[in-house]
Amino acid sequence: MSVKKFLYVNRKAPYGTVYALESLEVVLIGAAFEQDVSLLFADDGVYQLTKGHDTKDLEMKNFSPAFSALGDYDVNKIFVEKESLEERGLTLEDLQHLTWEDEDEDWAEKDSIRLVSRAEVGELMETQDVILSF
Amino acid sequence: MKFTIQINEGPYTHEAADSAYQFTKAALEKGHEIYRVFFYHDGVNNATRFTTPPQDDRNIVNRWSELSEKHNLDLVVCVAAAQRRGIVDEDEQQRQGKDGNNIAPGFRISGLGQLVEGCIQSDRLMVFGD
Amino acid sequence: MILHTVNKSPFEKNSLESCLQHAQKGSAVLLIEDGVFGATKGTKISDRVSEAMSNDITVYALEGDLKARGVADKVMDGVKLVDYAGFVDLSVDQDKVQAWL
Repeated sequence: MSVKKFLYVNRKAPYGTVYALESLEVVLIGAAFEQDVSLLFADDGVYQLTKGHDTKDLEMKNFSPAFSALGDYDVNKIFVEKESLEERGLTLEDLQHLTWEDEDEDWAEKDSIRLVSRAEVGELMETQDVILSF
Repeated sequence: MKFTIQINEGPYTHEAADSAYQFTKAALEKGHEIYRVFFYHDGVNNATRFTTPPQDDRNIVNRWSELSEKHNLDLVVCVAAAQRRGIVDEDEQQRQGKDGNNIAPGFRISGLGQLVEGCIQSDRLMVFGD
Repeated sequence: MILHTVNKSPFEKNSLESCLQHAQKGSAVLLIEDGVFGATKGTKISDRVSEAMSNDITVYALEGDLKARGVADKVMDGVKLVDYAGFVDLSVDQDKVQAWL
């Protein structure tokens, strides 16, 4: 199978709608196809990555722990749009610390999240082969 | 060109199912190939055979079945999304111990891998949603 | 370049604004469904859309959706109208499609 650049675009907050959960399920299943995967979190999508989701009172499943498994699925290009964070009063510190282990560098632990500007996101989109939206 | 179509919403509530249908039909009329139509999230509700829309309006489910038959389309309903929302074929009925099934003709239930595979094999992915 | 599709009204959601903030020069934006309101004259975002068009972003609107909503006679200058056959052609001419939902 050819290798394509896949961009999964996440622009919606978690829990208010199902898209965040179900798009993550595509990413996890899709990992088996060994494509060149990038995830983008922009607009309200940045809320999917905040630390400390506590869904007990809602009796809904807290699926946020699944994000920390992404590194094990070779999904380690996680782009977070800077302006989207700022517009929402958030910083990188408010987000989960997602990492992956680079087998080419003796399994060194590296950060998966890359903070990028809106301008850089626009350019990133153009470099991809297929863009999935939810 | 080969297209994979992704539909995120169910019939009637959102225009997505209509837009996707009209696009699919237009692409076929122009001689393009529809590699797969993949129904995800509430899109799985396009596949229930138990709808009874008013006579003077379009029958969204039936026209998918008809288009599928006419052009031998691969209409795939995501199994995980279908399980959450109660779209069941005979296999799922057996597997999950349900007392019936409701899938419409021309649709099949399969895994999310079918969406990813569609994206790999097609030239274009079209997403219709909310 | 990307064909960006926007299907929600600019008065309901930020999808059009977000799309225009990311669309690169030379790309195309197609307004469909409720998104077609973004193609109409004299709204609070018409200037924003004009600005995009002057920045080498081609804006299209799906004629069927404009007609359904009774605003086909209110389209801004510079916005090109297409039918579904034209929508298919746009998706072929650009090299990928991004849906702003």
